Amino acid sequence: MENWRSYQKVILPDIPGLHKIETYEREGGYEMLRKVLTDSKWGPKEVINEVKAANIRGRGGAGFNAGLKWSFMPPKQEGVPRYLACNGDESEPGTIKDRRIFEYNPHLFIEGALIACYAMEMDAAYVYIRGEYADWIDMMQRAIDEAYSKGYIGKNIMGTGHNIEMYVHKGAGAYICGEETSLMESLEGKRPYPRSKPPFPAQYGLWGKPTTINNIETLACVPLVMRHGADWFKNTGAANHPGPVLYGISGHVNRPGVYEYPTGMLITDLIYKVAGGIRNGKKLKAVVPGGSSVPILTAEQIEGITMDADSLRTVGTFMGTGGMCVLDEDTDIVKFLLRIAEFYDHESCGQCTPCREGTGWFVKVLRSIYEGRGEMKDLDLLLELCDTMEGRTVCALADAAAWPVRNTIQRFRADFEAKIARSGVYSVA
Amino acid sequence: MPCNMESMNYTFTEAEKAEIQRHIEKYPDRRSAVMPALWIAQEKFGWLSNDAIRLVAETIDIPYAHVYGVASFYTMYFKEEVPPHLLEVCTCFTCGEIGGEEMLAYAREYLEADEKGRSKDGLFWTRSAECLGACDTGPVCQITNRRYVHRLTKEKVREVIEALRAGKEIPYEPIPLNDQSILDD
Repeated sequence: MENWRSYQKVILPDIPGLHKIETYEREGGYEMLRKVLTDSKWGPKEVINEVKAANIRGRGGAGFNAGLKWSFMPPKQEGVPRYLACNGDESEPGTIKDRRIFEYNPHLFIEGALIACYAMEMDAAYVYIRGEYADWIDMMQRAIDEAYSKGYIGKNIMGTGHNIEMYVHKGAGAYICGEETSLMESLEGKRPYPRSKPPFPAQYGLWGKPTTINNIETLACVPLVMRHGADWFKNTGAANHPGPVLYGISGHVNRPGVYEYPTGMLITDLIYKVAGGIRNGKKLKAVVPGGSSVPILTAEQIEGITMDADSLRTVGTFMGTGGMCVLDEDTDIVKFLLRIAEFYDHESCGQCTPCREGTGWFVKVLRSIYEGRGEMKDLDLLLELCDTMEGRTVCALADAAAWPVRNTIQRFRADFEAKIARSGVYSVA
Repeated sequence: MPCNMESMNYTFTEAEKAEIQRHIEKYPDRRSAVMPALWIAQEKFGWLSNDAIRLVAETIDIPYAHVYGVASFYTMYFKEEVPPHLLEVCTCFTCGEIGGEEMLAYAREYLEADEKGRSKDGLFWTRSAECLGACDTGPVCQITNRRYVHRLTKEKVREVIEALRAGKEIPYEPIPLNDQSILDD
């Protein structure tokens, strides 16, 4: 796929002042909201079908068709409120994209959230943003205030009789709140322990009412689908995982950053042609393609692999949040994994025993290996520990913690063994 | 009774009560206002003592134990008295691989911090942060739950510390959108 070279950005276009509502309106902003609210051709069902046909696969990590998720909402019952929760928790290590939307194109997201509320016949949208983003929460609040004052949010939107409220909810530093049921508990003012599913949020969501949770970038794609059509979206990027996407590239590259391109980009193009290659002329060792929980790839594995679900599946990983960490040949992979394990240990909510205890044991065992006290059997112990965690907890945090351990040990076993072999030498000495 | 009861009057002003009321009205259940109200309390008192938590519980009219359960869960709510300036240096994931730990160690050395990361003069507390969502501009640090300082160097760490010591505010550091020119070999 070479046409990425002529790609024109649509989520974060280089338009000065686009964060201001006047600029956004001048560029055709809020016209898609007006269209769905006023054109009888666009009933709620038609909008859902269009978004479903576009196949926007959720950009928060799970990659589920957003329109299909919308279609799970039960039929509207008079007097029963329904809610949209917009997930801007953005806490998966390596993920740096929604913050750019808050800063550079907040109204695109707001318009997308409003269209979603119209399509799913919702009364209010709650925008959950991680507490660390205090400055960006203020930016979002300003954008929402502007949209209220222009009559795009609130009572009788643009004189059409539709009412949708939108509120920002500030988090306070907890990775788990990015998990959709934890996010709902947090919004309800409870200790944010994830809920068991079923019931799913569409049946029993916020305050027990029908709810859908979508990622910020996912919602930002919605006005683009309505403007350019589902076919345009579907035909941008990879066939089964289409659309524009924000790649967050970090680590040992010359030009780290957030880059907007179609899905389906070669990982090698992203590293060498977009992010300027490995810094200091070093060689590549590994790539984590989509946030800390997705399985790591060796330098050999990335050859010919593109950033979409189908291609990434062939090497046992997935797109996640599109937050890619690039590691050079000098990386101590044991230390890297230990720090990831410490993250999950810190962030486990403590509700389920396999996760609460398992994440702590990951850290203990990995630290002993890193500090030269490890034994070969520790590697099997870690893999066994993964077995006791994966799929055995209320939410996916245990899996997110276990996948990097399992895959990093399997794919870089020699690095771990070398560290352990050296520990033997030291203990004899 | 906590010893600081005499010096600290645990009440909200009418304006603060009105602000909390506005938050209560955002949600169908008043219990949902607990997080915004805790933020307001922490802003006012500096940290969330039992008295501050009790005040929030009374103001929203929900049980103290419930509010305590929420406050104690989150990293950004302080459960102990904190120095005026908190430097949270990210050492997670990408930042850990591009110098985050060195920057944290340097900040502690420069501040002559104790083993808990607190500076001798009592003005600073340094902590290791989990991913702050700014991996492309790392190593990054956050100042007292607000401002991000990107692309840390030793010089930048010193400058930030000295600016804070001098009572200056750390300005917002805009990160422009990335240049998407394509680099071919």
